[in-house]
Amino acid sequence: MNLLDLFTKKSSSTKQATKNEAPAHWIKCKSCNSLMYYKEIENQNYVCPKCDFHIRIGVDERLKILVDEGTFTEYDENLRPIDPLKFVDKKSYVKRVEENSKKTGKFSSVVSGEGNIDGIATQLVVFDFSFMGGSLGSVEGEKIVRAINRAIEKRQGLIIISASGGARMQESTFALMQMSKTSAALARLADEKLPYISLLTDPTMGGVSASFATLGDIIIAEPGALIGFAGQRVIKQTIGSDLPDGFQRAEFLLEKGSIDMVVNRNEMKKTLHDLLKVLLGK
Amino acid sequence: MATYLDFEQKIKQIQDDVISAEVRHDVNAVEIFKKDLEKEVAKTYKNLSPYQELQLARHQDRPYALDYINIILEDKYEIHGDRHFADDQAIVCYIGYIQGQRTMVIGEQKGRGTKNKLKRNFGMPNPEGYRKALRAAKMAEKFNMPLLMLIDTPGAYPGLGAEERNQSEAIARNLLELSQLDTVTVSVVIGEGGSGGALAIGVADKLAMMRYSVFSVISPEGCSAILWNDPSKVETATKALKITSSDLKDLDLVDDVIDEPLIGAHRDREGAANAIADYFISTVISYKDTSSKDRLDQRYIRLTSVGAFSE
Ligand SMILES: [Zn+2]
Repeated sequence: MNLLDLFTKKSSSTKQATKNEAPAHWIKCKSCNSLMYYKEIENQNYVCPKCDFHIRIGVDERLKILVDEGTFTEYDENLRPIDPLKFVDKKSYVKRVEENSKKTGKFSSVVSGEGNIDGIATQLVVFDFSFMGGSLGSVEGEKIVRAINRAIEKRQGLIIISASGGARMQESTFALMQMSKTSAALARLADEKLPYISLLTDPTMGGVSASFATLGDIIIAEPGALIGFAGQRVIKQTIGSDLPDGFQRAEFLLEKGSIDMVVNRNEMKKTLHDLLKVLLGK
Repeated sequence: MATYLDFEQKIKQIQDDVISAEVRHDVNAVEIFKKDLEKEVAKTYKNLSPYQELQLARHQDRPYALDYINIILEDKYEIHGDRHFADDQAIVCYIGYIQGQRTMVIGEQKGRGTKNKLKRNFGMPNPEGYRKALRAAKMAEKFNMPLLMLIDTPGAYPGLGAEERNQSEAIARNLLELSQLDTVTVSVVIGEGGSGGALAIGVADKLAMMRYSVFSVISPEGCSAILWNDPSKVETATKALKITSSDLKDLDLVDDVIDEPLIGAHRDREGAANAIADYFISTVISYKDTSSKDRLDQRYIRLTSVGAFSE
């Protein structure tokens, strides 16, 4: 669990270092403690050159790494969450959305659109963990379904890049049912024999893991990514003992036959391109 | 031995009065007590809080899937196992007849008593349970039998083996396959509809809830611990999550509420079982003149139009 905490802190500090705060020019790898100049780590796609640790990144960084420059068009950016249950916990849902929008400049944990992967036009859905933990709500589910429909219309492949704690509790059953909504739409994509590549990044859990994220024709994970249905704390409580090393990590899932490959972020664009090319017969 | 919740104590008292009057053959007293009982039941059950409904949904005297199956399914055979790993006892699958209609039934089964609770893993399926359910669903499709799914689980099992065998994929696969399963399908939440583990057999032409059942993205206990950081906020979380059948019907997230006896299915199993059978059969009949394509299109539209957002 403490590794997960480190990941979380890292991602927020990266965000600040690149966007707001001038002094944070040096970034410390939370895995091997090496100190790196931010330009250097940016050039390495936020993979530690010393130990290959994959630092969490936001949507902008992800698109920059994977999509041909100047080819990305965002869709459905005007979809906004409403508050169907008037949900209030320690804060109101409305307030949480407002705060997260201010922080990220977005109204949803998902950015969707069309872009070229080394020349292959593709529908993309990218999760942003910094918006409410990448949680799946009505807007996210709708964006995914529309991306699937565009893939069908344009005869393109689909890539969903997940980073999510699961369904958004503040939308309760509306959020839960985005799991069946997205899965039903993927069934139609499969009928059309169009490829869907699911890329799992740190972390992919709960309702996201138990719906579209595990339904890819090809499932790829980034090294070290935490992926699973149940949270580690819940499992620990249930079984009453510690979890084995590497449990629910990308490499563990590969060994158990749950995913196709673990791919270094620096090889990701080429891998996605090659897979789309061969599956689409281009 | 029947179990009574706090808010059922008065009812229990009057029920005891009825019994002792019956023993005394005091016909007048029996009649008076029965009228009192009716009034008390109406008073108590018409003003339940969401948390009380949650308690009823989890009531240990409430009929479980097998109780319903034993009442409504005739000439039945159980089918076992996912053909790969094991026979998960938290999900049961049966072939038989409901009111003369050939039917496949899949149910999440909680156990009663320590031994059975362990055998049924407290109603928390492992991946092989969901895979067995999918095998049964596919068989229903193959032989053109309608499918009845009975939901009653705190959630899919959070364990080491479950993760190793890909609990996520087992649930996701069911969501995808059930969205296109080519036969009439009905899911009924009979007690606890716990998150993805419930939804995995909750994708159907019609999703209904028994009057005193709940359906929730997370347990109110889990929600209060995470969002309130305070495990004592369970009642508040229960209310906020809107998990009762009436709330979910108002939000248009379920198709129908099955009107179980006012006193609750746990005090009138036959009545509740017949209500489910009637609902199932009338749904099957309602699709008689609908083509397979139209039915699947309707199901697709229903599944993909869920959501609350602005644009
Ligand atoms: Zn490092």
